[in-house]
Amino acid sequence: MYDVLIVGCGITGAAAAFQFSRYRLKVAVLERENDVADGTTKANSAILHAGYDPEPGTLMARLNVRGSALARQLCTRLDVPYRQCGSFVLAFSPEESVMLHTLYQRGQDNGVPGLRLLTGEEARAADPNLSPQVAAALYAPTAAICSPWEYCLALAETAVRNGADLHLETAVTGLERLEEGWLVHTNRGDFRSRYVINAAGVFAQALHEMAAPKTFAIHPSRGQYFLLDKSEGDRVSHVIFQCPGPSGKGVLVAPTVHGNLIVGPNADPVPDGDVGTTAQGLAYVRSTALKSVPSVNFRASIRNFAGVRAVSDRGDFIIEWAAPGFLDLAGICSPGLTAAPAIAEYAAQLLERDGLALEEKESYCCQRRRIRFHDLSPAEKARLVAQDSAYGRVICRCETVTEGEILDALRSPIPPRSVDGVKRRVGAGLGRCQGGFCGPRVVEILAREQQVSPGAIVQDRAGSWLLAGQTKGGTDHV
Amino acid sequence: MKELICIVCPKGCHLQVDEAQDYHVTGNHCPRGEEYGKMELTHPTRVVTSTVRCTGGTHPRCPVKTDAPIPKGLIFQAVRCLDGVELTAPVHAGDIVVPDVCGTGVSFIATRDL
Amino acid sequence: MYDLIVIGGGPAGLAAACAAWEKGLKRILIVERDRELGGILNQCIHNGFGLHYFKEELTGPEYAGRFIRLLADTGVEVRLDTMVLTVTEDRQVHMVGKNTGYRIEKAKAIILAMGCRERTRGAIAIPGQRPAGVFTAGAAQRYVNMEGWLPGRRVVILGSGDIGLIMARRMTLEGARVLACVEVMPYSGGLNRNIVQCLHDYDIPLYLSHTVTDIRGRDRVEQVVVSKVDEHRQPIPGTELVFDCDTLLLSVGLIPENELTRQAGIAIDPRTNGAVVYEDMETSLPGVFACGNVAHVHDLVDFVTAESQRAGRAAADCVLGGTAPEGSVLEVKTGDGVTYTVPQHIRPGRVAKNCDLFFRVNRVCGDSQILVQSGDTPIARFSRDHLAPGEMEHIVLPRSLLEGASGSITVSIREVASK
Repeated sequence: MYDVLIVGCGITGAAAAFQFSRYRLKVAVLERENDVADGTTKANSAILHAGYDPEPGTLMARLNVRGSALARQLCTRLDVPYRQCGSFVLAFSPEESVMLHTLYQRGQDNGVPGLRLLTGEEARAADPNLSPQVAAALYAPTAAICSPWEYCLALAETAVRNGADLHLETAVTGLERLEEGWLVHTNRGDFRSRYVINAAGVFAQALHEMAAPKTFAIHPSRGQYFLLDKSEGDRVSHVIFQCPGPSGKGVLVAPTVHGNLIVGPNADPVPDGDVGTTAQGLAYVRSTALKSVPSVNFRASIRNFAGVRAVSDRGDFIIEWAAPGFLDLAGICSPGLTAAPAIAEYAAQLLERDGLALEEKESYCCQRRRIRFHDLSPAEKARLVAQDSAYGRVICRCETVTEGEILDALRSPIPPRSVDGVKRRVGAGLGRCQGGFCGPRVVEILAREQQVSPGAIVQDRAGSWLLAGQTKGGTDHV
Repeated sequence: MKELICIVCPKGCHLQVDEAQDYHVTGNHCPRGEEYGKMELTHPTRVVTSTVRCTGGTHPRCPVKTDAPIPKGLIFQAVRCLDGVELTAPVHAGDIVVPDVCGTGVSFIATRDL
Repeated sequence: MYDLIVIGGGPAGLAAACAAWEKGLKRILIVERDRELGGILNQCIHNGFGLHYFKEELTGPEYAGRFIRLLADTGVEVRLDTMVLTVTEDRQVHMVGKNTGYRIEKAKAIILAMGCRERTRGAIAIPGQRPAGVFTAGAAQRYVNMEGWLPGRRVVILGSGDIGLIMARRMTLEGARVLACVEVMPYSGGLNRNIVQCLHDYDIPLYLSHTVTDIRGRDRVEQVVVSKVDEHRQPIPGTELVFDCDTLLLSVGLIPENELTRQAGIAIDPRTNGAVVYEDMETSLPGVFACGNVAHVHDLVDFVTAESQRAGRAAADCVLGGTAPEGSVLEVKTGDGVTYTVPQHIRPGRVAKNCDLFFRVNRVCGDSQILVQSGDTPIARFSRDHLAPGEMEHIVLPRSLLEGASGSITVSIREVASK
């Protein structure tokens, strides 16, 4: 019997697991995919928003501003790439300049620190590649960029280090109310828990309706992106937004913590949660972004991707009891990445109010460090390689990722199960050749370390097989 | 008259071969092109390259080739001769891997040291 | 202190090191990131290499093997499994290896011979889902030829570059079904001989003026949609062909691998994506040379060898003090129909007798003239009965001719009769 069982290990579920693992509780996290951060968390703008967008008084407003402050501390403690680079919202017309004032006022009401309204000249002085058409800008110094999947992974890893049980490839198939708590049916057997927390992202509505009558609907909204080469990485030094419209915060241009440039997203409804890109969607993103920053060189594109956001019909985060012992954390669309630790904090308060005792563990450990060879000084590199020669074998030449770092990941609390799992943990394959060089080498290391055939290694999710079989009459077919 | 693209070198000359005139070749820039034009219509052949299994070397496969062209119609049959062959390192470039492939008298030979 | 450090032990690095050794350099080091010398030739197990240089037809491993054996007879030092991380302006080379540790070596001259990498799906923005099963042709070649794994059983190939064509044949011979080779241009990017012996021989259809417009499949490729394109390379609605397949191979171009070059502050030519070089392959940083696919993408390894030997000899001259004074510098400009030239600059005073000039054209032409002008004055003409973007062109300019020019020369093409 668990005390708290969390369904879904995206950023919301991982933050909840992190939060509850501080206490003397038995905590479980169920994740249907073979890795954490596999849904919305792995494909988004990677922005930690300052908090001037949401309407004052909403959960979004309160938890965004609180989450933004928590994220800064957490990313430092958990060694998550994070940079507080600030953001601009651009206005191109007098009407949009009025909109900036509205956002400024909202930000003041929401308690966002340091907001300033700038003229077009002031904005261009700070970010010279902005369009000459920019008439005014709202500057938010607390906006930041981060690595969303490493953030999620760091929270989940810390939870596991502190005793939480993570069950991957475990999908909930049904829920039964018990006298005390819930019986959770999955493809991997039954789990019992006093509390169930619904952090199932785009599947949150379906999970809710296994436990209670319908109270909300999730309408997945797809956003498409370009990721550009590091040669474009300093095209802008702030996160560049346009004025928000009815479908969200619009197309942004932003640096990434890995040194690339990210451009996107558009927004189109996808009932089935499909994450494909389309020629029209990409063309829209491209032309819209060029309005903000006309010099973006799209020839330097290294990857396109799309993600789905779990937009609900309520217009705010849905954080409430669906049934006794069953808490929804649903409709966590933007600014969900920012708000996640604050959502978790709030969830803990709700469970405590419901009677769950939250006693801090004495042995609780909230530190995480990993070796990033690329970022070390020559002297540190030399010392590291002398200690362990695995750090001397560069596997990914674009991002300078070593075998040592991949082995570290394989020995971490949540080891990668796929080539992309390695990518998300250490960055191998993230660069301009997109794994063309390191892919076969990562497959070789995974196969060797997991003592399986290379034919059993998958690219990403279970089913994303890479190799059809051996040549020359091999019998080792998948 | 048949039009062919010569494959003996990267130049890729456009050949005309006249079957009625004893396979007279025009459009070639060298004597090897003439030879190719005739052969391609009378008795087309190819050098076949592939790999075989190899244990104990740097890689699990060793590249091989036929040491002379073989009839085009035998390519798939020839490649099948390599299934199940397993070399053991050390292997030297030029080592015979499969002799007399499909009765042609041509051998598959290793093309690298391993 | 080394006389010369060569970065990369593929065909360019091997030829450059051997040539520098023959010229009398003693302390030479080759740094190679892989566990063996030979570079990409090791996975190019097909034949067709060496017709120019060795006057016989060799496979890739055989071609590499010849140079590896040549090198073994020299005193050139080799560090395998070692990656160069940084090259500084004062010619320090930072490198790291599993067995060699982290080292900083200084050299009197450096030759950049890092080769190139393949363009990816992201570079050409193919829309669709993101399943496994989309490989660059070179990655697939490594799996099939070196590691003994077949990456898929039903294959569509995008791009008719030589690696794509070669892989069409290879995968067919290993039992896969290659359903189509798709090329966005109205002509093939590969050599004619490869169209014949890799596609025609195996009845693999080539779709010219077509491209991939959708990739379908949640976890693994299930379908690839191919559409015809108009003259602006835009897909034409209604022309979609759907292929049920599990694999898409991309052979959509190569990009010189110049991260180290950029870091060192060396001037890059946006047309070649390689360093701007002089007639002897010296870059804008004195004492640093570039050759092979890192300078510009070649079609034939034989030309990589010849160019790298020139770079190796020039590096030796530079170290041994045999270099002629720099004198005047001619800029080589690209005129009509010419996309790039190598070299981009010529110092006539350093041209021994002749200067080799390589370039590519931007369209397919029949009978044509290659025109070299100094200002408005034609100084040389060369006839060709065929020009194509997929085939690197080569002309030889005598020193006397170059000495007569001033400031710059321009290379252009004029089609005499269309094909």
